Amino acid sequence: MNFSELATQVLEILAALAAAPLFLGWVNQCRAWLQNRSAPSLWLPYRSIRKLFYKDAVLAQNASALFRIAPYIVFGAMTVAAAIIPSMGTRMALSPVADAIALVGLFATARMFIALAAMDIGTAFGSLGARREMMVGFLAEPALLIIIFLASLLSATTALPAISEYLATQPLALHPSLAFTAVAFTMVLLAENARIPIDNPATHLELTMIHEALLLEYSARHLALMEWAAALKLFNYACIGFALFVPWGVATGNGPLQILVSIPVLALKLALAGAGLALIETLSAKLRVFRAPEFLATAFLFAVLGLLVHLLLGA
Amino acid sequence: MGNTPIDMQLLNACAALLLLLSFAMLSQRRVVSLVNLLAMQGALLCIATLLLAWRTGNNHLYFSAALTLGLKVFLLPWLLHRLIRRLQVYWDTEPMLNIAGTMLVGLLIVVFAFGLAQPISALASTATRSAIGIAVAVILLAFLMMITRRKALSQVVGFLSMENGLFFGAMSATYGMPMVVELGVALDILVAMLVLGVFFFQIREQFDSLDLHHLERLREDK
Repeated sequence: MNFSELATQVLEILAALAAAPLFLGWVNQCRAWLQNRSAPSLWLPYRSIRKLFYKDAVLAQNASALFRIAPYIVFGAMTVAAAIIPSMGTRMALSPVADAIALVGLFATARMFIALAAMDIGTAFGSLGARREMMVGFLAEPALLIIIFLASLLSATTALPAISEYLATQPLALHPSLAFTAVAFTMVLLAENARIPIDNPATHLELTMIHEALLLEYSARHLALMEWAAALKLFNYACIGFALFVPWGVATGNGPLQILVSIPVLALKLALAGAGLALIETLSAKLRVFRAPEFLATAFLFAVLGLLVHLLLGA
Repeated sequence: MGNTPIDMQLLNACAALLLLLSFAMLSQRRVVSLVNLLAMQGALLCIATLLLAWRTGNNHLYFSAALTLGLKVFLLPWLLHRLIRRLQVYWDTEPMLNIAGTMLVGLLIVVFAFGLAQPISALASTATRSAIGIAVAVILLAFLMMITRRKALSQVVGFLSMENGLFFGAMSATYGMPMVVELGVALDILVAMLVLGVFFFQIREQFDSLDLHHLERLREDK
Protein backbone atom coordinates (compact mmCIF):
# COMPACT_ATOMS: atom_id res chain seq x y z
CA MET A 1 0.00 0.00 0.00
CA ASN A 2 1.47 3.32 -0.95
CA PHE A 3 0.36 6.91 -0.71
CA SER A 4 -1.29 7.22 -4.12
CA GLU A 5 -3.40 4.07 -3.58
CA LEU A 6 -4.54 5.44 -0.26
CA ALA A 7 -5.29 8.81 -1.80
CA THR A 8 -7.34 7.20 -4.59
CA GLN A 9 -9.23 5.20 -2.00
CA VAL A 10 -10.10 8.19 0.16
CA LEU A 11 -10.99 10.25 -2.89
CA GLU A 12 -13.35 7.55 -4.16
CA ILE A 13 -15.18 7.17 -0.85
CA LEU A 14 -15.55 10.93 -0.43
CA ALA A 15 -16.68 11.33 -4.03
CA ALA A 16 -19.29 8.62 -3.61
CA LEU A 17 -20.62 10.15 -0.39
CA ALA A 18 -20.73 13.63 -1.86
CA ALA A 19 -21.93 12.84 -5.37
CA ALA A 20 -24.60 10.24 -4.58
CA PRO A 21 -27.37 12.75 -3.67
CA LEU A 22 -26.35 14.86 -6.65
CA PHE A 23 -26.75 11.85 -8.97
CA LEU A 24 -30.17 11.17 -7.48
CA GLY A 25 -31.10 14.84 -7.95
CA TRP A 26 -29.93 14.67 -11.57
CA VAL A 27 -32.07 11.58 -12.26
CA ASN A 28 -35.09 13.29 -10.69
CA GLN A 29 -34.45 16.43 -12.71
CA CYS A 30 -34.19 14.49 -15.99
CA ARG A 31 -37.35 12.61 -15.13
CA ALA A 32 -39.21 15.84 -14.50
CA TRP A 33 -38.02 17.32 -17.81
CA LEU A 34 -39.05 14.25 -19.73
CA GLN A 35 -42.46 14.27 -18.12
CA ASN A 36 -43.07 17.97 -18.83
CA ARG A 37 -43.01 18.91 -15.16
CA SER A 38 -40.99 21.79 -13.80
CA ALA A 39 -37.88 20.16 -12.40
CA PRO A 40 -36.90 20.21 -8.74
CA SER A 41 -33.55 21.72 -7.90
CA LEU A 42 -30.48 19.59 -8.41
CA TRP A 43 -29.59 20.19 -4.77
CA LEU A 44 -32.92 19.10 -3.35
CA PRO A 45 -31.63 15.74 -2.00
CA TYR A 46 -28.87 17.58 -0.08
CA ARG A 47 -31.37 20.03 1.36
CA SER A 48 -33.76 17.36 2.49
CA ILE A 49 -30.94 15.36 4.07
CA ARG A 50 -29.74 18.48 5.90
CA LYS A 51 -33.24 19.34 7.00
CA LEU A 52 -33.74 15.82 8.35
CA PHE A 53 -30.49 15.94 10.30
CA TYR A 54 -31.71 19.06 12.13
CA LYS A 55 -35.01 17.54 13.21
CA ASP A 56 -35.71 15.61 16.39
CA ALA A 57 -36.09 11.88 15.92
CA VAL A 58 -39.38 10.29 16.87
CA LEU A 59 -39.39 6.61 17.67
CA ALA A 60 -42.29 4.23 18.11
CA GLN A 61 -42.74 3.08 21.68
CA ASN A 62 -42.02 -0.55 20.92
CA ALA A 63 -39.01 0.15 18.72
CA SER A 64 -36.09 -2.07 19.69
CA ALA A 65 -32.39 -1.29 19.48
CA LEU A 66 -32.33 -2.97 16.07
CA PHE A 67 -34.62 -0.31 14.70
CA ARG A 68 -32.29 2.45 15.87
CA ILE A 69 -29.09 0.80 14.77
CA ALA A 70 -30.28 -0.31 11.32
CA PRO A 71 -29.77 3.06 9.56
CA TYR A 72 -26.13 3.15 10.66
CA ILE A 73 -25.53 -0.42 9.50
CA VAL A 74 -27.19 0.20 6.14
CA PHE A 75 -25.30 3.43 5.61
CA GLY A 76 -22.07 1.76 6.68
CA ALA A 77 -22.59 -1.17 4.32
CA MET A 78 -23.18 1.19 1.40
CA THR A 79 -20.08 3.21 2.25
CA VAL A 80 -17.93 0.08 2.42
CA ALA A 81 -19.43 -0.99 -0.89
CA ALA A 82 -18.45 2.38 -2.35
CA ALA A 83 -14.93 1.75 -1.08
CA ILE A 84 -14.45 -1.45 -3.07
CA ILE A 85 -16.02 -0.33 -6.34
CA PRO A 86 -13.48 1.19 -8.72
CA SER A 87 -15.25 4.36 -9.80
CA MET A 88 -12.17 6.41 -10.71
CA GLY A 89 -9.00 4.35 -10.32
CA THR A 90 -8.47 0.62 -10.12
CA ARG A 91 -5.44 0.79 -7.87
CA MET A 92 -7.07 1.19 -4.50
CA ALA A 93 -5.76 0.45 -1.04
CA LEU A 94 -8.81 -1.52 0.02
CA SER A 95 -9.22 -3.58 -3.16
CA PRO A 96 -7.58 -6.76 -1.73
CA VAL A 97 -10.00 -6.64 1.22
CA ALA A 98 -13.18 -7.70 -0.54
CA ASP A 99 -14.08 -9.03 -3.96
CA ALA A 100 -17.25 -8.73 -6.02
CA ILE A 101 -18.98 -11.61 -4.24
CA ALA A 102 -18.44 -9.91 -0.91
CA LEU A 103 -19.94 -6.83 -2.52
CA VAL A 104 -23.15 -8.72 -3.26
CA GLY A 105 -23.03 -9.90 0.35
CA LEU A 106 -22.78 -6.31 1.55
CA PHE A 107 -25.88 -5.38 -0.40
CA ALA A 108 -27.64 -8.43 1.04
CA THR A 109 -26.66 -7.40 4.59
CA ALA A 110 -28.08 -3.94 4.07
CA ARG A 111 -31.26 -5.38 2.62
CA MET A 112 -31.69 -7.79 5.52
CA PHE A 113 -31.32 -5.04 8.12
CA ILE A 114 -33.75 -2.74 6.31
CA ALA A 115 -36.30 -5.56 6.20
CA LEU A 116 -35.79 -6.50 9.85
CA ALA A 117 -36.09 -2.90 10.97
CA ALA A 118 -39.26 -2.46 8.93
CA MET A 119 -40.82 -5.47 10.64
CA ASP A 120 -39.55 -4.41 14.05
CA ILE A 121 -42.35 -1.91 14.75
CA GLY A 122 -45.02 -4.37 13.73
CA THR A 123 -47.10 -2.12 11.50
CA ALA A 124 -48.82 -3.68 8.52
CA PHE A 125 -47.02 -1.51 5.96
CA GLY A 126 -43.58 -2.29 7.31
CA SER A 127 -44.12 -6.04 7.10
CA LEU A 128 -45.66 -5.69 3.66
CA GLY A 129 -42.72 -3.64 2.41
CA ALA A 130 -40.24 -6.05 3.97
CA ARG A 131 -41.83 -9.05 2.30
CA ARG A 132 -41.83 -7.36 -1.08
CA GLU A 133 -38.27 -6.17 -0.67
CA MET A 134 -37.10 -9.69 0.16
CA MET A 135 -39.02 -11.09 -2.81
CA VAL A 136 -37.34 -8.66 -5.18
CA GLY A 137 -34.01 -9.23 -3.47
CA PHE A 138 -33.94 -12.99 -3.61
CA LEU A 139 -34.72 -12.87 -7.32
CA ALA A 140 -32.31 -10.06 -8.18
CA GLU A 141 -29.34 -11.41 -6.25
CA PRO A 142 -28.70 -14.57 -8.33
CA ALA A 143 -28.92 -12.49 -11.50
CA LEU A 144 -26.35 -10.05 -10.13
CA LEU A 145 -24.10 -12.92 -9.06
CA ILE A 146 -24.23 -14.49 -12.51
CA ILE A 147 -23.38 -11.16 -14.12
CA ILE A 148 -20.35 -10.97 -11.85
CA PHE A 149 -19.43 -14.59 -12.57
CA LEU A 150 -19.36 -13.85 -16.29
CA ALA A 151 -17.07 -10.87 -15.77
CA SER A 152 -14.91 -13.07 -13.52
CA LEU A 153 -14.76 -15.79 -16.17
CA LEU A 154 -13.62 -13.26 -18.75
CA SER A 155 -10.91 -11.78 -16.57
CA ALA A 156 -10.04 -14.79 -14.37
CA THR A 157 -10.47 -12.89 -11.12
CA THR A 158 -13.32 -11.95 -8.81
CA ALA A 159 -11.79 -8.70 -7.60
CA LEU A 160 -13.80 -5.87 -9.11
CA PRO A 161 -10.87 -3.47 -9.67
CA ALA A 162 -8.91 -6.19 -11.46
CA ILE A 163 -11.95 -7.08 -13.60
CA SER A 164 -12.41 -3.45 -14.52
CA GLU A 165 -8.73 -3.03 -15.32
CA TYR A 166 -8.74 -6.15 -17.52
CA LEU A 167 -11.83 -5.06 -19.44
CA ALA A 168 -10.54 -1.50 -19.85
CA THR A 169 -7.29 -2.66 -21.44
CA GLN A 170 -8.88 -5.09 -23.93
CA PRO A 171 -9.08 -4.12 -27.61
CA LEU A 172 -12.54 -3.07 -28.68
CA ALA A 173 -14.58 -6.08 -29.86
CA LEU A 174 -18.17 -7.24 -30.07
CA HIS A 175 -19.09 -9.30 -27.03
CA PRO A 176 -22.65 -10.66 -27.25
CA SER A 177 -22.20 -12.13 -23.78
CA LEU A 178 -21.35 -8.76 -22.26
CA ALA A 179 -24.22 -7.13 -24.14
CA PHE A 180 -26.67 -9.64 -22.67
CA THR A 181 -25.34 -9.20 -19.18
CA ALA A 182 -25.48 -5.42 -19.58
CA VAL A 183 -29.22 -5.70 -20.24
CA ALA A 184 -29.56 -8.03 -17.25
CA PHE A 185 -27.62 -5.61 -15.09
CA THR A 186 -29.83 -2.69 -16.09
CA MET A 187 -32.88 -4.69 -15.08
CA VAL A 188 -31.32 -5.67 -11.75
CA LEU A 189 -30.38 -2.04 -11.16
CA LEU A 190 -33.96 -0.92 -11.75
CA ALA A 191 -35.35 -3.57 -9.41
CA GLU A 192 -32.80 -3.18 -6.63
CA ASN A 193 -33.03 0.59 -6.50
CA ALA A 194 -36.82 0.70 -6.41
CA ARG A 195 -37.06 2.28 -9.85
CA ILE A 196 -40.12 2.36 -12.00
CA PRO A 197 -40.99 -0.98 -13.51
CA ILE A 198 -40.83 -2.48 -10.01
CA ASP A 199 -41.43 0.40 -7.63
CA ASN A 200 -42.16 4.09 -8.00
CA PRO A 201 -39.72 6.14 -5.91
CA ALA A 202 -41.88 9.24 -6.11
CA THR A 203 -45.03 7.93 -4.50
CA HIS A 204 -46.45 6.88 -1.17
CA LEU A 205 -49.28 5.00 -2.77
CA GLU A 206 -49.79 2.30 -0.22
CA LEU A 207 -50.66 -0.59 -2.48
CA THR A 208 -47.63 -0.34 -4.72
CA MET A 209 -44.81 1.00 -2.61
CA ILE A 210 -41.84 -1.12 -1.61
CA HIS A 211 -38.99 1.16 -0.67
CA GLU A 212 -41.16 3.84 0.95
CA ALA A 213 -43.04 1.25 2.98
CA LEU A 214 -39.78 0.17 4.56
CA LEU A 215 -38.92 3.70 5.65
CA LEU A 216 -42.38 4.69 6.81
CA GLU A 217 -41.55 4.59 10.52
CA TYR A 218 -38.24 6.43 10.29
CA SER A 219 -37.80 10.11 10.96
CA ALA A 220 -35.09 12.75 11.28
CA ARG A 221 -31.47 11.57 11.29
CA HIS A 222 -32.43 7.94 10.84
CA LEU A 223 -34.46 8.78 7.78
CA ALA A 224 -31.69 11.04 6.49
CA LEU A 225 -29.19 8.19 6.73
CA MET A 226 -31.62 5.80 5.03
CA GLU A 227 -32.26 8.23 2.18
CA TRP A 228 -28.57 8.92 1.81
CA ALA A 229 -27.87 5.19 1.81
CA ALA A 230 -30.49 4.69 -0.92
CA ALA A 231 -28.80 7.40 -3.02
CA LEU A 232 -25.43 5.73 -2.35
CA LYS A 233 -26.84 2.39 -3.44
CA LEU A 234 -27.95 3.86 -6.76
CA PHE A 235 -24.55 5.49 -7.18
CA ASN A 236 -22.80 2.22 -6.33
CA TYR A 237 -24.87 0.25 -8.82
CA ALA A 238 -24.14 2.82 -11.52
CA CYS A 239 -20.42 2.54 -10.77
CA ILE A 240 -20.51 -1.28 -10.86
CA GLY A 241 -22.16 -0.94 -14.28
CA PHE A 242 -19.41 1.40 -15.46
CA ALA A 243 -16.71 -0.91 -14.09
CA LEU A 244 -18.11 -3.90 -15.95
CA PHE A 245 -19.52 -2.51 -19.18
CA VAL A 246 -17.96 0.89 -19.91
CA PRO A 247 -14.63 0.74 -18.11
CA TRP A 248 -12.85 3.12 -20.48
CA GLY A 249 -11.40 6.22 -18.93
CA VAL A 250 -10.90 4.69 -15.50
CA ALA A 251 -7.38 5.20 -14.18
CA THR A 252 -5.47 1.94 -14.42
CA GLY A 253 -2.19 3.30 -13.11
CA ASN A 254 -1.04 5.24 -10.10
CA GLY A 255 -0.36 8.60 -11.70
CA PRO A 256 -2.20 11.60 -10.25
CA LEU A 257 -2.82 12.83 -13.80
CA GLN A 258 -4.78 9.69 -14.65
CA ILE A 259 -6.97 10.16 -11.59
CA LEU A 260 -7.53 13.80 -12.54
CA VAL A 261 -8.63 12.74 -16.03
CA SER A 262 -10.92 10.05 -14.66
CA ILE A 263 -12.97 12.51 -12.60
CA PRO A 264 -14.62 14.32 -15.55
CA VAL A 265 -14.98 10.97 -17.33
CA LEU A 266 -16.89 9.60 -14.36
CA ALA A 267 -19.02 12.75 -14.23
CA LEU A 268 -19.84 12.37 -17.93
CA LYS A 269 -20.74 8.68 -17.51
CA LEU A 270 -22.95 9.50 -14.53
CA ALA A 271 -24.70 12.28 -16.42
CA LEU A 272 -25.43 9.97 -19.36
CA ALA A 273 -26.46 7.08 -17.12
CA GLY A 274 -28.79 9.32 -15.13
CA ALA A 275 -30.44 10.61 -18.28
CA GLY A 276 -30.77 7.05 -19.58
CA LEU A 277 -32.27 5.88 -16.31
CA ALA A 278 -34.80 8.72 -16.40
CA LEU A 279 -35.65 7.81 -19.99
CA ILE A 280 -36.25 4.15 -19.09
CA GLU A 281 -38.40 5.19 -16.15
CA THR A 282 -40.44 7.55 -18.30
CA LEU A 283 -40.97 5.07 -21.10
CA SER A 284 -42.01 2.11 -18.99
CA ALA A 285 -45.07 1.67 -16.87
CA LYS A 286 -45.00 0.31 -13.37
CA LEU A 287 -45.53 -3.43 -13.29
CA ARG A 288 -47.94 -5.11 -10.96
CA VAL A 289 -46.10 -6.51 -7.99
CA PHE A 290 -46.96 -10.02 -9.14
CA ARG A 291 -45.26 -9.36 -12.47
CA ALA A 292 -42.01 -8.48 -10.71
CA PRO A 293 -40.82 -12.11 -10.54
CA GLU A 294 -41.31 -12.32 -14.31
CA PHE A 295 -39.26 -9.16 -14.82
CA LEU A 296 -36.48 -10.50 -12.65
CA ALA A 297 -36.66 -13.96 -14.20
CA THR A 298 -36.02 -12.22 -17.51
CA ALA A 299 -33.01 -10.48 -15.99
CA PHE A 300 -31.75 -13.84 -14.72
CA LEU A 301 -32.36 -15.32 -18.14
CA PHE A 302 -30.32 -12.59 -19.85
CA ALA A 303 -27.48 -13.10 -17.40
CA VAL A 304 -27.42 -16.89 -17.84
CA LEU A 305 -27.72 -16.53 -21.61
CA GLY A 306 -24.71 -14.24 -21.53
CA LEU A 307 -22.80 -16.85 -19.55
CA LEU A 308 -23.84 -19.70 -21.87
CA VAL A 309 -23.05 -17.71 -25.00
CA HIS A 310 -19.64 -16.95 -23.59
CA LEU A 311 -19.01 -20.60 -22.77
CA LEU A 312 -20.10 -21.77 -26.21
CA LEU A 313 -18.91 -19.06 -28.57
CA GLY A 314 -16.07 -17.75 -26.45
CA ALA A 315 -17.26 -14.27 -27.25
CA MET B 1 -10.62 -12.72 -27.05
CA GLY B 2 -10.06 -9.64 -29.14
CA ASN B 3 -8.30 -11.40 -32.00
CA THR B 4 -11.29 -12.92 -33.83
CA PRO B 5 -11.93 -11.14 -37.15
CA ILE B 6 -14.82 -8.72 -37.27
CA ASP B 7 -17.05 -10.83 -39.54
CA MET B 8 -16.76 -13.80 -37.18
CA GLN B 9 -17.65 -11.49 -34.31
CA LEU B 10 -20.71 -10.36 -36.22
CA LEU B 11 -21.66 -13.97 -36.96
CA ASN B 12 -21.34 -14.84 -33.29
CA ALA B 13 -23.47 -11.84 -32.42
CA CYS B 14 -26.09 -13.02 -34.94
CA ALA B 15 -26.09 -16.48 -33.35
CA ALA B 16 -26.48 -15.01 -29.88
CA LEU B 17 -29.33 -12.77 -31.05
CA LEU B 18 -31.08 -15.76 -32.66
CA LEU B 19 -31.05 -17.48 -29.30
CA LEU B 20 -32.34 -14.33 -27.66
CA LEU B 21 -35.18 -14.05 -30.18
CA SER B 22 -36.17 -17.64 -29.42
CA PHE B 23 -36.56 -16.69 -25.78
CA ALA B 24 -38.43 -13.53 -26.72
CA MET B 25 -40.88 -15.72 -28.66
CA LEU B 26 -41.26 -18.03 -25.68
CA SER B 27 -42.24 -15.11 -23.48
CA GLN B 28 -44.46 -13.27 -25.96
CA ARG B 29 -48.21 -13.45 -25.40
CA ARG B 30 -49.38 -11.42 -28.37
CA VAL B 31 -49.65 -13.33 -31.61
CA VAL B 32 -48.94 -10.26 -33.76
CA SER B 33 -45.65 -9.62 -31.96
CA LEU B 34 -44.86 -13.30 -32.26
CA VAL B 35 -45.07 -13.06 -36.05
CA ASN B 36 -42.91 -9.93 -36.02
CA LEU B 37 -40.33 -11.75 -33.95
CA LEU B 38 -40.40 -14.57 -36.47
CA ALA B 39 -39.74 -12.08 -39.25
CA MET B 40 -36.84 -10.65 -37.25
CA GLN B 41 -35.45 -14.13 -36.80
CA GLY B 42 -35.64 -14.60 -40.57
CA ALA B 43 -33.86 -11.28 -41.13
CA LEU B 44 -31.07 -12.27 -38.74
CA LEU B 45 -30.76 -15.59 -40.52
CA CYS B 46 -30.47 -13.75 -43.82
CA ILE B 47 -27.73 -11.48 -42.44
CA ALA B 48 -25.86 -14.47 -41.02
CA THR B 49 -26.08 -16.27 -44.36
CA LEU B 50 -24.77 -13.21 -46.20
CA LEU B 51 -21.87 -12.88 -43.77
CA LEU B 52 -21.03 -16.54 -44.16
CA ALA B 53 -21.29 -16.33 -47.95
CA TRP B 54 -18.95 -13.36 -47.97
CA ARG B 55 -16.50 -15.09 -45.67
CA THR B 56 -16.40 -18.48 -47.39
CA GLY B 57 -16.98 -17.35 -50.97
CA ASN B 58 -19.71 -19.95 -51.46
CA ASN B 59 -21.90 -18.37 -54.11
CA HIS B 60 -24.91 -20.58 -53.50
CA LEU B 61 -25.21 -19.10 -50.01
CA TYR B 62 -26.13 -15.78 -51.63
CA PHE B 63 -29.07 -17.50 -53.28
CA SER B 64 -30.19 -19.06 -50.05
CA ALA B 65 -29.88 -15.66 -48.33
CA ALA B 66 -32.13 -14.18 -50.99
CA LEU B 67 -34.55 -17.07 -50.56
CA THR B 68 -34.58 -16.54 -46.80
CA LEU B 69 -35.22 -12.85 -47.26
CA GLY B 70 -38.10 -13.34 -49.65
CA LEU B 71 -39.75 -16.26 -47.92
CA LYS B 72 -39.07 -15.86 -44.21
CA VAL B 73 -38.91 -12.11 -43.86
CA PHE B 74 -41.68 -11.04 -46.23
CA LEU B 75 -43.94 -13.79 -47.57
CA LEU B 76 -44.57 -15.99 -44.54
CA PRO B 77 -45.03 -13.15 -42.02
CA TRP B 78 -47.35 -11.44 -44.50
CA LEU B 79 -49.41 -14.63 -44.82
CA LEU B 80 -49.52 -15.02 -41.06
CA HIS B 81 -50.55 -11.40 -40.51
CA ARG B 82 -53.34 -11.87 -43.03
CA LEU B 83 -54.47 -15.01 -41.22
CA ILE B 84 -54.48 -13.17 -37.89
CA ARG B 85 -56.63 -10.40 -39.34
CA ARG B 86 -59.06 -12.85 -40.92
CA LEU B 87 -59.29 -15.09 -37.85
CA GLN B 88 -59.32 -12.22 -35.35
CA VAL B 89 -56.96 -13.92 -32.93
CA TYR B 90 -54.64 -11.40 -31.34
CA TRP B 91 -53.79 -12.96 -28.00
CA ASP B 92 -52.76 -16.41 -27.01
CA THR B 93 -54.42 -17.67 -23.88
CA GLU B 94 -52.23 -18.16 -20.84
CA PRO B 95 -49.75 -20.91 -21.77
CA MET B 96 -49.70 -24.28 -19.98
CA LEU B 97 -46.73 -23.25 -17.89
CA ASN B 98 -46.34 -19.66 -16.66
CA ILE B 99 -43.86 -17.48 -18.50
CA ALA B 100 -41.16 -17.43 -15.82
CA GLY B 101 -41.35 -21.23 -15.52
CA THR B 102 -41.13 -21.64 -19.29
CA MET B 103 -38.04 -19.44 -19.37
CA LEU B 104 -36.31 -21.52 -16.71
CA VAL B 105 -37.16 -24.75 -18.53
CA GLY B 106 -35.85 -23.02 -21.66
CA LEU B 107 -32.54 -22.33 -19.94
CA LEU B 108 -32.18 -25.99 -19.00
CA ILE B 109 -32.94 -26.88 -22.60
CA VAL B 110 -30.20 -24.55 -23.81
CA VAL B 111 -27.70 -26.20 -21.46
CA PHE B 112 -28.84 -29.62 -22.72
CA ALA B 113 -28.57 -28.48 -26.35
CA PHE B 114 -25.05 -27.16 -25.84
CA GLY B 115 -24.04 -30.48 -24.34
CA LEU B 116 -25.70 -32.32 -27.20
CA ALA B 117 -23.94 -30.25 -29.83
CA GLN B 118 -20.48 -30.53 -28.34
CA PRO B 119 -19.48 -33.81 -30.10
CA ILE B 120 -20.93 -32.54 -33.39
CA SER B 121 -18.98 -29.30 -33.09
CA ALA B 122 -15.84 -31.29 -32.35
CA LEU B 123 -16.26 -33.22 -35.61
CA ALA B 124 -17.22 -30.26 -37.79
CA SER B 125 -14.45 -28.35 -39.52
CA THR B 126 -16.31 -25.15 -40.37
CA ALA B 127 -15.43 -21.79 -38.91
CA THR B 128 -18.92 -21.53 -37.43
CA ARG B 129 -18.93 -24.87 -35.65
CA SER B 130 -19.40 -23.33 -32.24
CA ALA B 131 -22.80 -22.00 -33.37
CA ILE B 132 -24.19 -25.52 -33.86
CA GLY B 133 -25.12 -25.62 -30.20
CA ILE B 134 -27.14 -22.45 -30.64
CA ALA B 135 -28.93 -23.92 -33.66
CA VAL B 136 -29.88 -27.03 -31.66
CA ALA B 137 -31.04 -24.79 -28.83
CA VAL B 138 -33.23 -22.76 -31.21
CA ILE B 139 -34.81 -25.97 -32.53
CA LEU B 140 -35.52 -27.33 -29.05
CA LEU B 141 -36.86 -24.00 -27.81
CA ALA B 142 -39.25 -23.91 -30.76
CA PHE B 143 -40.34 -27.42 -29.71
CA LEU B 144 -40.94 -26.13 -26.21
CA MET B 145 -43.03 -23.29 -27.61
CA MET B 146 -45.15 -25.69 -29.62
CA ILE B 147 -45.68 -27.80 -26.51
CA THR B 148 -46.64 -24.98 -24.15
CA ARG B 149 -48.92 -22.96 -26.44
CA ARG B 150 -52.59 -23.67 -26.92
CA LYS B 151 -53.48 -21.58 -29.95
CA ALA B 152 -52.90 -23.11 -33.36
CA LEU B 153 -51.30 -19.93 -34.72
CA SER B 154 -48.60 -19.80 -32.05
CA GLN B 155 -47.85 -23.45 -32.69
CA VAL B 156 -47.35 -22.73 -36.38
CA VAL B 157 -44.99 -19.88 -35.50
CA GLY B 158 -43.11 -22.38 -33.34
CA PHE B 159 -42.94 -24.76 -36.27
CA LEU B 160 -41.52 -22.08 -38.56
CA SER B 161 -39.03 -21.02 -35.92
CA MET B 162 -37.92 -24.66 -35.70
CA GLU B 163 -37.24 -24.63 -39.42
CA ASN B 164 -35.17 -21.47 -38.93
CA GLY B 165 -33.14 -23.34 -36.36
CA LEU B 166 -32.62 -26.28 -38.69
CA PHE B 167 -31.51 -23.95 -41.45
CA PHE B 168 -29.05 -22.23 -39.14
CA GLY B 169 -27.77 -25.60 -37.95
CA ALA B 170 -27.17 -26.79 -41.51
CA MET B 171 -25.44 -23.53 -42.27
CA SER B 172 -23.08 -23.63 -39.33
CA ALA B 173 -22.31 -27.35 -39.60
CA THR B 174 -21.73 -27.64 -43.37
CA TYR B 175 -22.10 -24.14 -44.87
CA GLY B 176 -25.64 -24.78 -46.02
CA MET B 177 -27.49 -27.61 -47.70
CA PRO B 178 -27.35 -28.29 -51.45
CA MET B 179 -29.48 -25.89 -53.45
CA VAL B 180 -32.01 -28.56 -54.44
CA VAL B 181 -32.69 -29.52 -50.83
CA GLU B 182 -33.01 -25.90 -49.81
CA LEU B 183 -35.49 -25.14 -52.57
CA GLY B 184 -37.44 -28.27 -51.63
CA VAL B 185 -37.61 -27.29 -47.98
CA ALA B 186 -38.68 -23.76 -48.88
CA LEU B 187 -41.46 -25.07 -51.07
CA ASP B 188 -42.51 -27.53 -48.35
CA ILE B 189 -42.80 -24.76 -45.81
CA LEU B 190 -44.80 -22.58 -48.15
CA VAL B 191 -47.22 -25.40 -48.94
CA ALA B 192 -47.45 -26.38 -45.27
CA MET B 193 -48.26 -22.79 -44.42
CA LEU B 194 -51.02 -22.64 -47.01
CA VAL B 195 -52.49 -25.98 -45.96
CA LEU B 196 -52.38 -24.99 -42.29
CA GLY B 197 -54.08 -21.73 -43.17
CA VAL B 198 -56.99 -23.68 -44.61
CA PHE B 199 -56.88 -25.96 -41.57
CA PHE B 200 -57.28 -23.03 -39.20
CA PHE B 201 -60.56 -22.05 -40.79
CA GLN B 202 -61.75 -25.66 -40.58
CA ILE B 203 -60.78 -25.92 -36.92
CA ARG B 204 -62.52 -22.70 -36.11
CA GLU B 205 -65.64 -23.69 -37.96
CA GLN B 206 -65.74 -26.98 -36.07
CA PHE B 207 -64.97 -25.76 -32.55
CA ASP B 208 -65.57 -21.99 -32.64
CA SER B 209 -62.03 -21.50 -31.36
CA LEU B 210 -58.43 -22.01 -32.36
CA ASP B 211 -57.61 -23.58 -29.04
CA LEU B 212 -56.07 -26.92 -29.83
CA HIS B 213 -57.06 -28.68 -26.64
CA HIS B 214 -60.46 -29.20 -28.26
CA LEU B 215 -58.69 -31.63 -30.57
CA GLU B 216 -57.41 -33.78 -27.75
CA ARG B 217 -60.67 -35.62 -27.25
CA LEU B 218 -61.94 -38.01 -29.87
CA ARG B 219 -65.62 -37.69 -30.61
CA GLU B 220 -67.78 -40.01 -32.60
CA ASP B 221 -69.69 -38.60 -35.48
CA LYS B 222 -73.38 -38.55 -35.03
